[in-house]
Amino acid sequence: MSEGAAGGKWSGRLVLALLLAPALLWLLALIILPHADLAVLSFRERVAPRQYAPSLAQYRTFFGEPLYWHVFVRTALMSAIATLMTLLIAFPIAWIIAKLARGRMSALLFVVCLIPFWVSETVRTLGWMILLRESGVLPAILVHLGLTAQPVELLYHDATILVGLVYTSLLFMVVPLVGSLESLDNSLIEAAYDLGARGLSILRTIVIPHAAPGITAGCIVVFMLTLGNYLTPTLLGGKNSLWFTEQIYTQFITRFNWEQGAAFGFLLLALSTAMVWLGLKLSGQRFSDVMRRV
Amino acid sequence: MSAAGTPAPEAAPDLEVRAVTKRFAAHTAVNAVSFSVPRGSFFSILGPSGCGKTTLLRMIAGFIQPDEGTIAIGGRDMAHVPPNRRPVNMVFQHLALFPMMSVGENVAFGLARRGVGRAERQKRAAAKRTDELSGGQRQRVAIARSMVLEPTLLLLDEPLGALDLKLREHMKVELKQLQSAFGTTFVYITHDQSEALVLSDRVGVMSQGHFEQLGTPQELYYAPATAFVAGFVGANNRLSGTVRALEGALVEIDAGQGWQVRVRAHAPLAVGAAAQAFVRPEAITLARTPAELPPGHGAHSGEVTDMLFDGANSAVLLREAHSRRELRIALPQTGAFADLRPGSRICFGFDPERGIGFAAT
Repeated sequence: MSEGAAGGKWSGRLVLALLLAPALLWLLALIILPHADLAVLSFRERVAPRQYAPSLAQYRTFFGEPLYWHVFVRTALMSAIATLMTLLIAFPIAWIIAKLARGRMSALLFVVCLIPFWVSETVRTLGWMILLRESGVLPAILVHLGLTAQPVELLYHDATILVGLVYTSLLFMVVPLVGSLESLDNSLIEAAYDLGARGLSILRTIVIPHAAPGITAGCIVVFMLTLGNYLTPTLLGGKNSLWFTEQIYTQFITRFNWEQGAAFGFLLLALSTAMVWLGLKLSGQRFSDVMRRV
Repeated sequence: MSAAGTPAPEAAPDLEVRAVTKRFAAHTAVNAVSFSVPRGSFFSILGPSGCGKTTLLRMIAGFIQPDEGTIAIGGRDMAHVPPNRRPVNMVFQHLALFPMMSVGENVAFGLARRGVGRAERQKRAAAKRTDELSGGQRQRVAIARSMVLEPTLLLLDEPLGALDLKLREHMKVELKQLQSAFGTTFVYITHDQSEALVLSDRVGVMSQGHFEQLGTPQELYYAPATAFVAGFVGANNRLSGTVRALEGALVEIDAGQGWQVRVRAHAPLAVGAAAQAFVRPEAITLARTPAELPPGHGAHSGEVTDMLFDGANSAVLLREAHSRRELRIALPQTGAFADLRPGSRICFGFDPERGIGFAAT
């Protein structure tokens, strides 16, 4: 009998292992192995052709060269601003979808948010360029309306980068927000109203505490996507974009300095981890609750 | 409350609803309802689900605006006054306790909105999450949360619905005591006629958007104004048939296959008209032989189909011999008929004055 039970236990484990195998393989091949290799790369220095020695030189370069850590801080700040702007814009949209629109209208609004993602990110960003470049649509309209004397260049500003980033991130904020707002019982809002609360205090005391896991989840996803975005800052910001992913690209592709690029990659990973941790601490949320909302 | 207004004259009722109507598209949810609730009294609106009682309550609370008519609270017209500025608080059907807050924060929520200081609020604070509370405790917190604001009017939307029977009986008594201790005017809506009868000073029975009858629980029970009230409030035997003969205030109704019952007519009925007679289970007397029944009570007989034992509310179900109609008759507490079994034959009769006949609609 014990043999049978042991056999059953083993076959159960085998099935479980087989089911998990693709995911584990994916994790190992695409996440863990490259990162392990990058870690090794980042902690060595070329002392002579094909001669490497362990060293912290790459990280020393990062802190020693103001351009690098300026870009690093700038990327973090811009990403935080973009995340906040996305939250402020997505919240009313999510509120309308979750609480005001009914049935088909709510589904339709969701599709409207989704439509931009049927087009590739490159095409979407090029669309922005067509609208905003000096000879583009928007500057022409401004001239036509007499607001500007001659066409102004709307590309290659920080604001342009932010517009592009917010636009790209909107859906990833709306989805978790709609989920968390839909689960809010309307009678709680009515009860607060009945007990004398006004719009803003209902938002502060009832809606935001209830939606906190969704807000945190949306912010984490959007922040990570923005921080690691390459295409949007490069295309919309041009040479002025100074985005950290560009520095990584330059080290790997232009300079063939894989050691430096690997160190930058690790610094970016550390930054997003630190920001997620900070976000969870500040909002008092637990990682497991938040991830259920994504 | 914070809204300004002239002080109400002493005589003004706490709630005055005049000819209030509310339509949703083609459906009239509340149809020209009028009533007033004097200060310190317990008023219930009793009706089946979908009768419009929730719509009426939500209009009093201010969540929806009536299409016609006026609502005055404490003598002040409430048109265009939003819920957060009405001297009214509501206990919601599913209580709507704030799950993100402790009991203390829930109770103090309204006070905080009025700018009452933290120290003052914390006098009542109990650091327990509301989702850790058991049934009856949740009801208490929901009621405390509203009562702490000392409203002119407390609205209760079936707050005991989710409780089991034992707890509900207990909470009924507690609500009644609470209301008399604080003297707050309560407006309570329910579909449970026993809650309405036990708790209220006056009850409005509502059906399809209008009030069928407004009165004390005793009036509703002993002198129903319509067939709907007779059937809805308390247990009742409904016998429909045609009017055979009139004898002064009494009317003789043929309840099928020549079975004649005599009851008091609620309003004059014509011979040959369709009618409904109502006789309460406890108004009917059982007897072994027709001779044991008091004279004038009629001598009917039937066959027992079931015994329903429920302590003091025990009853017997029987089929009348001629019409095969099913009747419910209360068993006397003496245990005299405890030996009845399905299939037993038994006689029964009732005082015609304790039955009531309505024209069938």
